Amino acid sequence: MTVLAVAAPAVVMILAVLLIVLALVFFLVSTIVALRRIAAGLDEVITGVGEIVEKSAPVNDVVKAINEQLDAGVDALEGLLVKKAGLGDAMGLIEGAYPGAAAAGLRNFPDSAEVDSPRIGETYTRGTLTLARLGREAPIAALSPHGAVLRNVEGGSLAARALYPDVRHTSPENLPNSPAIGAGAPEQYERREDIGAPRKRLPGRRP
Amino acid sequence: MTLWWIGDVVLLLVILPVVVYLLRGVLQAAQSIVPSVTEISAVAARGSEDLDAAPLLLRTKQQVTQTIAGVADYGGSLDVILDDAEGDRS
Repeated sequence: MTVLAVAAPAVVMILAVLLIVLALVFFLVSTIVALRRIAAGLDEVITGVGEIVEKSAPVNDVVKAINEQLDAGVDALEGLLVKKAGLGDAMGLIEGAYPGAAAAGLRNFPDSAEVDSPRIGETYTRGTLTLARLGREAPIAALSPHGAVLRNVEGGSLAARALYPDVRHTSPENLPNSPAIGAGAPEQYERREDIGAPRKRLPGRRP
Repeated sequence: MTLWWIGDVVLLLVILPVVVYLLRGVLQAAQSIVPSVTEISAVAARGSEDLDAAPLLLRTKQQVTQTIAGVADYGGSLDVILDDAEGDRS
C-alpha cells in the first residue's frame, strides 16, 4: 500500500516530464524545419545577389567612361560654337534651336546665361549657309526641324535658303517682275529728241 | 508525499505550459521568416534578370567613343572652314 502511495506521484511526474519532452521534440523539430527552409531561401538570395554583383561590377567604370566621353564632346562643341559664333550669337543660336535653353547657359561659359542673346534671324549671317549645309542637326535648322535632311552635296546652298523665313525663297512666283527694258518691255518710255541731236547753241568761248 | 504531489502539479500546470508557450513563439517567429526569404529570393532573381542588359553598356561605350570621334572630326572640319567670330579675331 505504501509502495503504491509513493509510486503514484512518481508516475505522474514521469508522465509530466514525458509530456514536456514531447512538447520540446515537436516544437524544436518544427523550428528546425522552418530554419532549414530559411537557409535554403537564403542560399537562393545569395545566388541572386551574387549574380547582381557580378553583372553590375563593370557598370561603374563603363558609365564613368561614357560620361567622360560625353563631357569631352560637350566641351568641344560648346567651345567650337562660341569660337565661331561668339558668345552672344552662340546663345542666340541655342535659343533659336531650343527656346528657353539659353537661360541655362553653357557649362564652360558661366557668363553665357547672362548674355543678352540676339534674335538669330536678324543678326546672324556669317557662316550660316555653311552651318545649314551640315544638316538637320545644325542650330540654324531650327526653322524646319521635321523636314528632310538639308545636307545636299550638289545643291547645298539652295537647300539652305529654305531655312530663312523669307518669302523670296519660298514663293518666288508671286513676286513682282523685275523691271525690263527694250522693245518688248512692259513699259515703254518716251525717247528724248534732244539726246544725240546737234547742239542748238555752241558753248561760248572764253575771252 | 505532499511535496511530491505539489511538484507534480507545478510541473504539469506551470512548467509545461511555459515551455510550450516559449517553444511555440520560437516556431512562429521562424515560420514567419520563411515567406519573407522567399520573396527576397524572387526579388533578387528578378534584379539579376534586370541587369542582363548591363553588358550592352560596353557596346554603348564603343558607340559613344565612335560618336565623339566623329564629332571631333566634324568640329575640326568646321574649325577649318568657318571663320572665327568677329570678337575673337585679332
